[in-house]
Parts: sequence; C-alpha cells; structure tokens
Amino acid sequence: MKEPSIRRRIVYDKSFKIVIILLTFCSILPMLFILFFITSKGVSAINWKFLTQLPRPVGEIGGGISNAIIGTLLLIGIGTAFSVPVGILAGIFLSENRKGKLASLTRLCVETLQGVPSIVIGIIAYIWLVVSMGSFSALSGGVALGLMMLPVIITATEQTLKLIPGSLKEASLALGVSYPRTILKVILPAGVSGIVTGILLSIARVAGETAPLLFTAFGSPFMNLNILKPINSLPLMIFNYATSPYPEWHTLAWGASFILIIIVLGLNLFTKVVTKRWKVKF
Amino acid sequence: MESKVLKIENFSAFFGENQVLKEVSLSIPKNRITAVMGPSGCGKTTLIRCINRMHELIPDARVSGKIFLDQEDIYATDPIIVRRQIGMVFQKPNPFPMMSIYDNVIAGYNLNGIRLAKDEKDRIVEESLRKAALWEEVQEALYRRGTFLSGGQQQRLCIARALAMGPAVLLLDEPTSALDPKATSYIEELIVQLKDTVSIILVTHNMAQAARVSDFAAFVYLGELVEFGPSGRMFTAPKDKRTEAYLMGKFG
Amino acid sequence: MNHSRAEFLVLRSKTKAMRWHKPALSESSFRKILSIMGVFVLLLLVAIFFSLAIASFPSIRNFGIRFLFNTTWDPVRSEFGAFPFLVGTLATSFMALMISVIFSLPISIFLGEYSAQDSTATFIKSMIELLAGVPSVIYGFCGLFLLAPLVRTLEMKLGVAPYGVGIFTASLILSIMIIPYSASIGREVISLVPSDLKEAALSLGATRFEVIRKVILPYAGSGIVAGILLSLGRALGETMAVTMVIGNSNFIPKGIFSPANTLASVIANEFTEATGSLYLASLIELGLVLFIVTTIINLIGKLIIRRMGVEV
Repeated sequence: MKEPSIRRRIVYDKSFKIVIILLTFCSILPMLFILFFITSKGVSAINWKFLTQLPRPVGEIGGGISNAIIGTLLLIGIGTAFSVPVGILAGIFLSENRKGKLASLTRLCVETLQGVPSIVIGIIAYIWLVVSMGSFSALSGGVALGLMMLPVIITATEQTLKLIPGSLKEASLALGVSYPRTILKVILPAGVSGIVTGILLSIARVAGETAPLLFTAFGSPFMNLNILKPINSLPLMIFNYATSPYPEWHTLAWGASFILIIIVLGLNLFTKVVTKRWKVKF
Repeated sequence: MESKVLKIENFSAFFGENQVLKEVSLSIPKNRITAVMGPSGCGKTTLIRCINRMHELIPDARVSGKIFLDQEDIYATDPIIVRRQIGMVFQKPNPFPMMSIYDNVIAGYNLNGIRLAKDEKDRIVEESLRKAALWEEVQEALYRRGTFLSGGQQQRLCIARALAMGPAVLLLDEPTSALDPKATSYIEELIVQLKDTVSIILVTHNMAQAARVSDFAAFVYLGELVEFGPSGRMFTAPKDKRTEAYLMGKFG
Repeated sequence: MNHSRAEFLVLRSKTKAMRWHKPALSESSFRKILSIMGVFVLLLLVAIFFSLAIASFPSIRNFGIRFLFNTTWDPVRSEFGAFPFLVGTLATSFMALMISVIFSLPISIFLGEYSAQDSTATFIKSMIELLAGVPSVIYGFCGLFLLAPLVRTLEMKLGVAPYGVGIFTASLILSIMIIPYSASIGREVISLVPSDLKEAALSLGATRFEVIRKVILPYAGSGIVAGILLSLGRALGETMAVTMVIGNSNFIPKGIFSPANTLASVIANEFTEATGSLYLASLIELGLVLFIVTTIINLIGKLIIRRMGVEV
C-alpha cells in the first residue's frame, strides 16, 4: 500500500497556509495604494478657496469645487426625501408579514432592485423625468439616487424589526394600545439604531455614484439650487475633469477625489461606531 | 355570597380546526385570587388570553360563547377598551427597554396619547410603584432605563405598569416561572396584598404556589373546566377524580 | 391599605369615565397603507422593466433578434448591433472574475477558517469592506492615471500597440472592485461549516490543508459559487471605472490589450450625444439587455445562497 509521506503532507499544509496569508494581505494592497495616492495628490489641492469657489473656465488657474459639494448634498437630500418614508413603511410591511404572497413578491422585487446596474437606473430616471420635464434636472438625479437607496433602507428596516422580540409588541397591545400606535411608538423606536444605520449606509452608497447622474443631473459649471435645473456633483466633476485633457483640471479632480473619499469612508466609519451606542438591548 | 367580576358562559376557543377550550363556564369572584391550573397544553393560557382578547392576534383563532365584565359583553366592545380594563403580566418580564422606569409605568397613557398633568402623572407613577412594592427601590432612579433592574424588579415594574391603568381584573400568566425563589416569594406576597385593589386570575403550573396564594382554584384539563371551588377544599378534598390525579402528580 | 384602595378606586372610575378616544388611525387602515407600500415597490420594478422595453421598442422593431448578433455599431448609418459590447462585457467580466477569485477565495478561507475572531481578522475584514465602499469613479481615476501607464509599459515590452487602456486594464480594475462581494459571502459559508465535521476529520489525522480541501470546500462549495455569481452580476453592471479605462472603441476587440466597450460603458459614453430616436432606442435596448442579464444572474446566486441558509 502506497501512502503519501507524512512529512510531505505537513509541508503542503504549511505552505498552503503561507500562500493563503500572502494572497490575503496582497489583496489589501490596492486599498492602501489608492488611499496613499489620492491623499498625496489631493491634499495639495485643498485649501479654503478650493472648497468655496466655483470652477474656472479652462486655462485659468484656480477655481474650486463648491458647486459640486452643494450639488452632492442637494441630490442626496432629494434622494433621502423620497426613499426614507417609502423605505421604512415598506420595511415595516415586510417585517409584519413574514409569510404571504404579496410580502414574498415584494421581497423578491427589493432584491432585484438592489442588483439593477446604476446606469440602468439612470436610463429609467431619464425616461421618467428628463423626457417628461424636457430638461436635465437635480430632481431627476435625486430620484435616481433615491431609487438606489430604497432597497438598502427597506432591507435594513425589515432585518432590524425582525430582531425585536415579540414580547414587546404583546406588552404594548396588552396595555390597550392600538396596533398602529404600537408599531409607530414602541416597535419603531426600539429599532431606530438599525434603521438609521441603513439610511446612513445607503447615503454612503449613493454619495459616490456617477453613472445615474450622467444624463439626469448632467452636471453644471455653475452653482445651482433650483431642483428643476441641471446640477453638479462631486463624482460627476471628478469624471469630467479626470477624462479631460487639461492638467489643471486633473489636479482639481485629485482634490475632489480626496474630499469624496473622506466623505464616503467617514460615513462608513461613523455608522459603525456611533450607531452601536444607540443599540437597544433586549 | 361572593360578588362576581367576570362571568364566562359556554366559552369555546379554536385554533383553525383545533378546539382548545370546550364550553367553559366560570364566574370569577371579585377582589379574590383565582388560580387556574392544569397540565401543559390544557388551555389555561388560552383561557386568560381570551379574557383580554389577545387570543385574536393569532390568524386562525376563533371563539364562541360570552364573557361579561361587570355586565358588559367584552366581545361586543372594542378590544382596545377591554384591554385597558383588564391588565396582563407575562411570564417573562418585558419592560420597554428604551423607556425610563417612570415612562414604563405611565406607558399605557403615553402610548394612547392621553394627556395628563405632570403632577397627576407623578401621582399615578408613585401609587402604582408603591402598590407593586417597588417604590422604595427605584424612587431615586425613576428616570433611568429599567434594564439595570433584576428579574424580580422588572416583573414588579410590569405589574406597576398594568396597575397604572386602574384595571378591574389583573391576569397573571405564570408570573414567577422565570424568577428565582426569593423574587418568587416576594411577588407572591405582593399578589396577596393586591387583591384589595384588583381581582386576580393567576395561571400557574406550580401547585404549591396556587395553594399558598389563591382563594379559589379552577382546574382545566384538555380544554374543559373540570372543577372550580375554594382553594382550601380543592387541595384537600377534590371532587373530581381527574383533579385528584393532577394534584397527586399523576400528570403534569 | 383601605386608604390607598379608596384612592385607587377613584382613579379607576376616573379613567373609566375618561373618553377613550378612538385612535386616529384604525388597524385596518394602517395595514392597508403598509400593503400599499409593498405593492408600490412591486409596481416600481414592473414599471422599470416596461419603461425599458417600451423605450427600446423602435430598435427592437427595426432589428429584431439580429440586434444581439450584429457586429456593427455605426450611428452615422443608423446601423446598431450589440455584439461588440456583449464581447467586451463578457471578456472583461470573466477575466475580472478569474483574477478576483485568486484573491477572494484565500480571503474567505483566511477569515472563515484560519483567523476567525482575532484583531487581524477584524482589520482585514474592515479593509475589504472599505474596498467595497470606494466609489467607482475613483477606481477609474486611479486606473487611468496609475495603472494605465504601467500597462502601457508592459504593452511596449510585449510589442503590442501601447494604448494603456483596454480590456486588460479594465479587467484588472474590475477584479479589485469585485473582490469584497465574493470574499464576504465565501467567508460566511465557510464559517458555517459545522465544527463537528471538521473535528471528525482532524481526529482522523488530517492536516488543516486536507480538512479545507476535502471537507470545508466541498461542503461550502455551492455557497462559494453563489458568491462568485453575485460578484459576476456586480461586474457586468459596473460602469464608471470600466468606462474610464476601456478605451472606448465600438469594434469587436481583437485581443486582451485592445480597446473595447461594454454594454454599460457605451451607454455612458454616447447617451447624451445620441441624436435620433433609433440611436437612443438602441442604447436603451442595450440597457434592457444589461438589466435582464444581471437580474437573472443575481437571482440565481441569491437562490443558491438562501438554500444554504445564509442570511444575505
């Protein structure tokens, strides 16, 4: 009977572990590279003027990204206004109806919606809003972002509320509190930390999105607060400036990337750290 | 002759096709403690859940027969109104974790949007906590969340919360089965003191507890009310053979 | 005791007399509102599908099924075919998939088996999650300015046309972006392998490597495949990073160093300049194809994962 030598098997075992560890640590290198490069190239562009001025036309030195920052905030605001009420209510619907055909179908739709490519969402917002309104607008961009935020908020709400023990609902109902009040005043507050996490994560997801805005918000060199007109945003600006042939614009793009990365990664970090403190223990 | 607070007449309860309570007829005496006993699955929990209409929360549930609270047919009223007059304390203490002790006691009013003056609220909170024998221990910490309380204290908080609504009847569903012996005896003393204030129905599978605490006892077996009478007699000279078998531990 | 009993009875009669106002919202109305929200989400998805289908109709009517096989994309002559983009999409996605698996599988094994709870694991886990959080446009930016020059040097050494951009560059960037998806699902399924199976193998004298190879991977196999499917779904729909480094060519790519376009990148590049309803309808039809393909792949992946009992 031929049997592989034990020494050889041990060698394989040890080398396998080394290979696994090496490959694992290699895979975080890209992250470190990206952070390093953006910081080193972007930090030099940041100053007060950068943050508060509008972009200058080609050839002029200086200029800033103020309209992009405001635009990003406005677009996120519109998206949140659409997606949070619908998302939370739909999430309550799903957690209160574990079985049932409508609930299962809805769950399927939420999962499908989550996987729709962002450029397709952009096409949809274009068909629904840009065509009917006749122009690009912040509104259509905000709706596109809202569509992307919706499945994240619904899922977070459903999962959070599912974790709340049924005894809480019973305690409230046994006191003679009506069902709507029980849900809104007892169950929802108990789940507030998970729901807020979901909202913050969905914001982090859309803050960096460009594709859905390419033909909805479209971008603009001006400061704009009118939601019926086109508007700029940080990712849009980075895309436009990075793919342009002008080196001054490349520098602006590095600076904008630095700001964007800080916002997105900061939101992720904030979500992890702060919402843990709000978590209600049962 | 004892006056009766609850009259249950020919009451049956169903889960879908399954009949869980069979034509139960029972009168609960006022300001007394009535224990409801029986082996697991006999229907005693279903019975009290039908009294405060919590049974209806289950999708396939159905009832027939009548239950009268002080001459009012509780199945002809809005269940919310019924639940405000019949309070319930559950097996596992369930104070609202995100509310302070103060807010927990007054929760029945707050959640229903009933506005009370601050001193009236204070009065209700203090009275209810005193009745639940918890006031001394928490009066300095009223505005803290109740999660630091021990199991026994949390259960007394739930009792205070139910009492704050001024119910006529208090339903206790195995209130001490999740507690240690010391907390259990504390709550048993409390229950005895409370009967001046409310009529109490106590579901328990602990026969010794029922014998210690109750004035009347009902024995339920396979959904039927087998026997009902003063506790003294029930525990020493039961009339029905099935009651005797249960008391001797032949099934449980 | 009588004193407080009297007070209590007064309280009782007071609360009884208080008008128990009915809640503003009844239970059935509230439940109806919740159901309406559910239906709304349903209708949303249906509306998305139909909007895409209806808007692509001029193109569907004109080209029929040949649209998928036509190799010319020429806006000037109004000849539109999706084939070059299908090639570009599949080439970049599959190449990215193969590269990413080389890294995501070890990460899953490392986090799921070797180092489950300690601080190294938490560090690696956070880094991988950060990878998923970086916006696509920033990946594209870094790819364009950092990676493309390197690829250009490589191409010059190999003697091919030194574009710097093309399928190879796009696949590299894409592979980094999709690592977190298959890594996290892989880690979940590997950590769910019951420990008594592993202990049984170890007690028979197997090395850790053999336990992984012969017990863990077969058991978690379908879950790992599902995770890979999900990262494929992600790769297919990825737009910005790919658009910035794929070279924007509407011809069928000849080799891995050729420039190309994917379904998503051609839409991103040409949508705002599309003149004429047939042009726009064809672009939207590309979007419809993308929608259908990614939906199918994602649903298959999620179905497999749900069968394995992992909460995704």
